[in-house]
Amino acid sequence: MDQTESATSSGGGRQTILQMRNVSKTYGSARALNGVSLNVRENEIHSLTGENGAGKSTLMKILAGAVAPDPGSEIWAFGRRVTIHRPQDAAALGISIIYQELSLSPNLSVAENIYLGRELSHGSIVNRSKMNVGARNVLNRLGSSINASSPVSSLSIAERQLVEIARAVHVNSRILIMDEPTTALSERETDRLFALMHQFRQDGIAIIYISHRMNEVYQLSDRVSVLRDGEYVGTLERDKISPDTIVRMMVGRELSSFYKKAHETPREREPVIFSVRDMSDGKRVKGCSFDVHRGEVLGLAGLVGAGRTELARLIYGADQRISGTIEVNGSKKEIRSPAEAIRAGIVYLTEDRKRLGLFLEMSVSENINVGVIEQDARFGGFLRRGMARRRAGQSVKSLSIRTPSINAAVGALSGGNQQKALLARLLELKPRVLFLDEPTRGIDIGAKSDIYRVVDKMAKENIAVVVISSELPELVGICDRVLVMREGKIAGEVGNAPGKTPLTQENIITIATAAFSNAN
Amino acid sequence: MVANTAEAKTVRRPFLTAAIQALGMLPILILLGLTFQISSGYIETGSLSSALTGGRFMSWQNLSIVAAQASINTVLAAGMTFVILTGGIDLSVGSILAASAMLGLIVSLLPHYSFLGFAACLFTGLILGLVNGTLIALLRLPPFIVTLGSLTAVRGVARLFSNDRTVFNSELSFAFIGNQTFYGVPWLMVIAFSVIVISWLILRRTVLGVHIYAVGGNADAARLAGIKVPVILIVVYGISGLLAGLGGAMSAARLFAANGVQLGQSYELDAIAAVILGGTSFVGGTGSIWGTLIGALIIAVLSNGLILTGVSDIWQYIIKGLVIIGAVGLDRYRLARATRS
Repeated sequence: MDQTESATSSGGGRQTILQMRNVSKTYGSARALNGVSLNVRENEIHSLTGENGAGKSTLMKILAGAVAPDPGSEIWAFGRRVTIHRPQDAAALGISIIYQELSLSPNLSVAENIYLGRELSHGSIVNRSKMNVGARNVLNRLGSSINASSPVSSLSIAERQLVEIARAVHVNSRILIMDEPTTALSERETDRLFALMHQFRQDGIAIIYISHRMNEVYQLSDRVSVLRDGEYVGTLERDKISPDTIVRMMVGRELSSFYKKAHETPREREPVIFSVRDMSDGKRVKGCSFDVHRGEVLGLAGLVGAGRTELARLIYGADQRISGTIEVNGSKKEIRSPAEAIRAGIVYLTEDRKRLGLFLEMSVSENINVGVIEQDARFGGFLRRGMARRRAGQSVKSLSIRTPSINAAVGALSGGNQQKALLARLLELKPRVLFLDEPTRGIDIGAKSDIYRVVDKMAKENIAVVVISSELPELVGICDRVLVMREGKIAGEVGNAPGKTPLTQENIITIATAAFSNAN
Repeated sequence: MVANTAEAKTVRRPFLTAAIQALGMLPILILLGLTFQISSGYIETGSLSSALTGGRFMSWQNLSIVAAQASINTVLAAGMTFVILTGGIDLSVGSILAASAMLGLIVSLLPHYSFLGFAACLFTGLILGLVNGTLIALLRLPPFIVTLGSLTAVRGVARLFSNDRTVFNSELSFAFIGNQTFYGVPWLMVIAFSVIVISWLILRRTVLGVHIYAVGGNADAARLAGIKVPVILIVVYGISGLLAGLGGAMSAARLFAANGVQLGQSYELDAIAAVILGGTSFVGGTGSIWGTLIGALIIAVLSNGLILTGVSDIWQYIIKGLVIIGAVGLDRYRLARATRS
């Protein structure tokens, strides 16, 4: 247990080699980071954690030179103030980042990837054999037997990650940032990675480790820093780290009275109006089954990548499934395409309204009416423009969509109003099952409350509402029951009915991150 | 905030914007016309003062020649507009035109079925277009590749039909559309204008039209909105093929003949140029059929005017190419400025 020994000294005597002070980042009007600080000491494993959207990745992208911070942000490295404008600046300081989505060129060889941008050459001719030898040496040091001349496309995910690490080691990195490196790894591969990280620490490399997985953070870290909503919450020393404290720091905020449930009491005794059995795609969704009761708002929680969106898309017929049955109001539905899902009364609000939802150059009216023009049409396909105008006008009024006119291009509206226009399109279809995927992401507070009002109204009209959200207060506030997904499966359920795990943010995070179940 | 107000100003009123987009190229059309009028007048009369009135370009007779020349390209370009609005391309229209004209002539020579010649043209075009569409929509092959292939293959089919000879029929049943007038207006022009009006009706007044714009604007979103994207794609390539078939009938009617090697050679390029000149976006989703009409007229005016002013064949090519690039560049510049201010 040498790692705990060297860590319990609370860093006494160890020098701080990296300081980020008052770091802010705004995208347009959205604030991703607000005056965040972070101190990293030499040879430590420093975990950075927080909910989805807390700002971890943005902070690390700033450090790696991929994103420019707002003016006033300060970064100090090795005792002096530095500016990191480009990835090359970060590399010159010995900062390397290994991204969640691996950044290797699959068609190049292992050695070529390790030497990418720093190729060895005689004049302009690449010296492959020398690069292969160099790569071989680095990989040996990491205890790996990957063939340096084989193409990266032939490697497994774990091996590719090792190549990325080899590249970082090869440039003599002193600070290594790892963003969710274990997501795609098996348990054995994870163990090997952790052993490597301990070795690096002994070699004097500081590691900033980003992870959602509480047990990993708990097991590995010398210190843990927590971000929440783009703000720095605090840093825990080794002896203060426990899953409980971290979860509390991650959640932090008070439940506001902003949210309102459609019904006061749990709805689980009501009849089932929508049911899904054994839904799988063979990749990211593994045998999910659930029911929605009459008047119930069901939440789907989980970390990014847990399979929530994928599950909704499978049910909606947007992707190919390998198994699964769907029943709406007791009758079985064959759904192989979104068109068939809509016919069965199931609609889905996408999480990515610009890329997958709206027709940005088309008008508000056309965007709202696009699903119903066919049923409204006369003489075999001629538009009824009066009808379309009426529908659009009513939607604009009832959802208070702020637009100069129903003929304005939807792309010119604000995010919240775009979202409401997209929602209006779904409501025109008179759905019986309404899936809302991150319905309030990136929209202002007024639009949020308009959307909650719709959820409320739908539930009262006995339409099954399923809300996917990464915002826990939202799920706790508006849902009667929440299913928590983890790694493609429904890992648990929280709700307010007697005998259930109570519906709290802490309980959701605990299940989503497997904070306790995997720790022992 | 600044970006927001700028965005808010690009409020779209479908008709007005369509008109403005079409108008965007109208000044260039008029400018070209004036230029040719003056230069042909100068050549004719030898003095600048009487150049404007003495020019031959704007005579009624010459303008109707221009319109007739524009009409076949207009019909092809109308079909091309449907395809490009979905973000696709149809390189095979020239070849389809040749194959359709050929088959129409062959049918018109059959003893008892000569009256079916015109229908044979349309039918051939439609079928070939549907084949393109099916390959693109169902096998998900890139439109450029599929229609590049059929550009070559269908040209071969046109030659195969006739054993590589020119087919004549001096008593062609539908020859009137190539040579006669309807209340003083050449039938070719009547057909071309009708095609534009019907295309406008389809694009702006029917469910199909909305779906075409939706697929071109955002194919993923269209699928999630329940639109059957493959069906839309098959339909637009079908329309393009059908109109190429109509173009074939128009060519055959004008010439009383069809030749598999030469007929419709590189017509696809003029059709694409007309659509792009008309302001339709190459990535799909925005554009109008009226713009296409203006685009087709610009190309016809250029060809006619350059001949009229005695520019050599070689320079005609060079000037035509440069005008197309310059006009589109000017249009982009104007639109960019309009959205910025």
